[in-house]
Amino acid sequence: MLKQTEGSHAVAEAVALCRPEVICAYPISPQTHIVEGLGEMVKAGEVEHCEFINVESEFAAMSVAIGSSATGARTYTATASQGLLFMVEAVYNASGLGLPIVMTVANRAIGAPINIWNDHTDSLSQRDCGWIQLFAETNQEALDLHIQAFKLAEEISLPVMVCMDGFILTHAYERVDVPTQAQVDAFLPPYEPRQVLDPREPVSIGAMVGPEAFSEVRYLAHAKQMQALQRIPKLAEEFHTIFGRDSGGLTHTYCIDDADVVVVAMGSVLGTIKDTVDEMRANGDKIGVLGITSYRPFPIDAVRAALQNAKRVVVLEKSLAVGIGGIVSTDVRMAMSGLQLHGHTVVAGLGGRAITRKSLRALFTKALRGELEHLTFLDLDWNVVNKQLERERTTRRSGPAAESMLRDVGVIAARIG
Amino acid sequence: MSFQPVHFYQTGTFTVGNRLLSAEDRSVQANMERTNSLNSGHRACQGCGEALGARYAIDAAMNAARGRLIAANATGCLEVFSTPYPETSWQIPWIHSLFGNTAAVATGIAAVIKVKRQKGQSEDVRVVAQGGDGGTTDIGFGCLSGMFERNDDVLYICYDNGGYMNTGVQRSSATPPAARTATTMPVGPEPGNAFGQGKFVPAIAMAHEIPYVATATVADLRDLEAKVTKAMSIRGARYIHILVPCPLGWGSASHDTIKLARLAKETGIFPVFEAEFGEVTGTLKIRRPQPVEEYLRIQKRYAHLFGKQPAVETIARLQAAADKNIRKYGLLDQEAN
Repeated sequence: MLKQTEGSHAVAEAVALCRPEVICAYPISPQTHIVEGLGEMVKAGEVEHCEFINVESEFAAMSVAIGSSATGARTYTATASQGLLFMVEAVYNASGLGLPIVMTVANRAIGAPINIWNDHTDSLSQRDCGWIQLFAETNQEALDLHIQAFKLAEEISLPVMVCMDGFILTHAYERVDVPTQAQVDAFLPPYEPRQVLDPREPVSIGAMVGPEAFSEVRYLAHAKQMQALQRIPKLAEEFHTIFGRDSGGLTHTYCIDDADVVVVAMGSVLGTIKDTVDEMRANGDKIGVLGITSYRPFPIDAVRAALQNAKRVVVLEKSLAVGIGGIVSTDVRMAMSGLQLHGHTVVAGLGGRAITRKSLRALFTKALRGELEHLTFLDLDWNVVNKQLERERTTRRSGPAAESMLRDVGVIAARIG
Repeated sequence: MSFQPVHFYQTGTFTVGNRLLSAEDRSVQANMERTNSLNSGHRACQGCGEALGARYAIDAAMNAARGRLIAANATGCLEVFSTPYPETSWQIPWIHSLFGNTAAVATGIAAVIKVKRQKGQSEDVRVVAQGGDGGTTDIGFGCLSGMFERNDDVLYICYDNGGYMNTGVQRSSATPPAARTATTMPVGPEPGNAFGQGKFVPAIAMAHEIPYVATATVADLRDLEAKVTKAMSIRGARYIHILVPCPLGWGSASHDTIKLARLAKETGIFPVFEAEFGEVTGTLKIRRPQPVEEYLRIQKRYAHLFGKQPAVETIARLQAAADKNIRKYGLLDQEAN
């Protein structure tokens, strides 16, 4: 059914249609509307046989999810930013135990300085935690990916994060097609756990494992992600058969066949990039786009295939690997191994900084001309940075940096634009 | 002691001779049908109070739950010595997740049981969470308090040996004042653990007004069994805090574990009581009052108090704390015995 609704609400409806049995959550912006929606639906009895638990922290949220999933229940939670970091120990534990929990990450920057707006630093900080990470480009895809995520997680017994841009998607009202219960039921079978805490068949879960088997247990986690690499495109096909929509998969490409420059990105910014590419294509510029939906497992072969005819690749990422530059870029470079093409990292949109078509067009034009540097910080205000660096050179007690720089910028309250 | 109308003192201790009791009054451990939930062959130290306490507590819980019990276990000695995989001593479904999240894991398990019962997919299954004092009073405290506040249907059992024994005897918030640990060495002007304000989690549990809170020691195992059985007859959040002497961490002889647990109770250092909805409803009275010195002297963690110049003032402060417990919990009030 077509609906004009908020991204968070679309996700809440999708999760409810997946017949979850336990939902636990701790509120953090911009995830709140999702769990508020689910809490209301459970309380009103619209989600049958489901417990909604208001926990005291994100660490508890993931821990309740661990207990729930290990007892054989379809389990869901959602978080963002600091909340994801607060639950990290349990995040690793959930994947280490092979528990198919599904969690929405409403992507948001990590402090300090505290910032509630969107970038990808939170979930990318968990790239090696063993969870599958799927990035939604639109609200429709966010909705669809949750339905696919439960199936994927439960098939291979690994947890899945569905990442959607905080505010940009979570709080945007858009038209989405909400599937019927019958469609979801046809796609997603009841959860049949591989391991379960059951008095009729007692098992011990979570024992200490030493050097004699630890490598093998860890390798198995990798092997499962490699299985996921095979399953994700097939799930997208199965999804298409029932729902009639292309959603999910490993990557999405746009105008790459004859592209000299391919821009690689994840999440909602792909929309702006494609609009910019349309404008530039109209001018005859040979530029294309590679959207990565599955960040973990990372689709090395698909990325390589998409880039093999390009001359340059520009990885535009809403994250910063402090001390080297890009996080996604590192993986893309691995996929480019052996290909003779120039790679560029562009760090953009940190903490909610708007990524405009104007800036993108200037950036891509530079790339086409071969003038783009190895590492670029899009729309960085060098005056503010240099002023602070100068202050620190000349004054020992230069004070808190973020506050000084805000004063230099002269804003009273944060602006996204 | 409402649950034990007859006292058997004929062995000179509080040990109750099962053979003198009628079959239905005998302990769970005396029953041939006991489940041995924590089976033999585990790797606990000789004289481990925690292994003893866990065996009695979990078997009693299993008995009360008619064999349908799931346990969540915090990281710590109990977890490590019971599951050197591929061996496991647990005869019940058992999960270890992390050090600080056991109460929350148990909440998740309890939620699933509720849902599966609604769906008619499961019988009634009960949930126990267990951990040491570090996993309970320190790192797991947030999750514990959350579980209490929500009144989740979980029995949480804390085995308190007063320190991080698994990592090599470091101080926890349950380490008593003046005690030597690897991080509170008996050096400097105030040797051993500092006199803080204390953190008696049973009292904090009572402040949550949960349906049932009890303390117990491994010296009074019938009392422990009875409290676990009572706790299992109640729904909602329940908490039992068991004092379990640790020969390794306390520097005591392994054959003194029961004696130390008894002295902790008889000196008033560890009050043994039960409470319902935040109010004390029963105490285990001190039978033969003992000075704290009797308790302290047989533990090497207090050896620095009894050198050439005994730390008279420190011992007096410890005695005062015990006396305060006696007053506060009415431990010498013979009329109520």
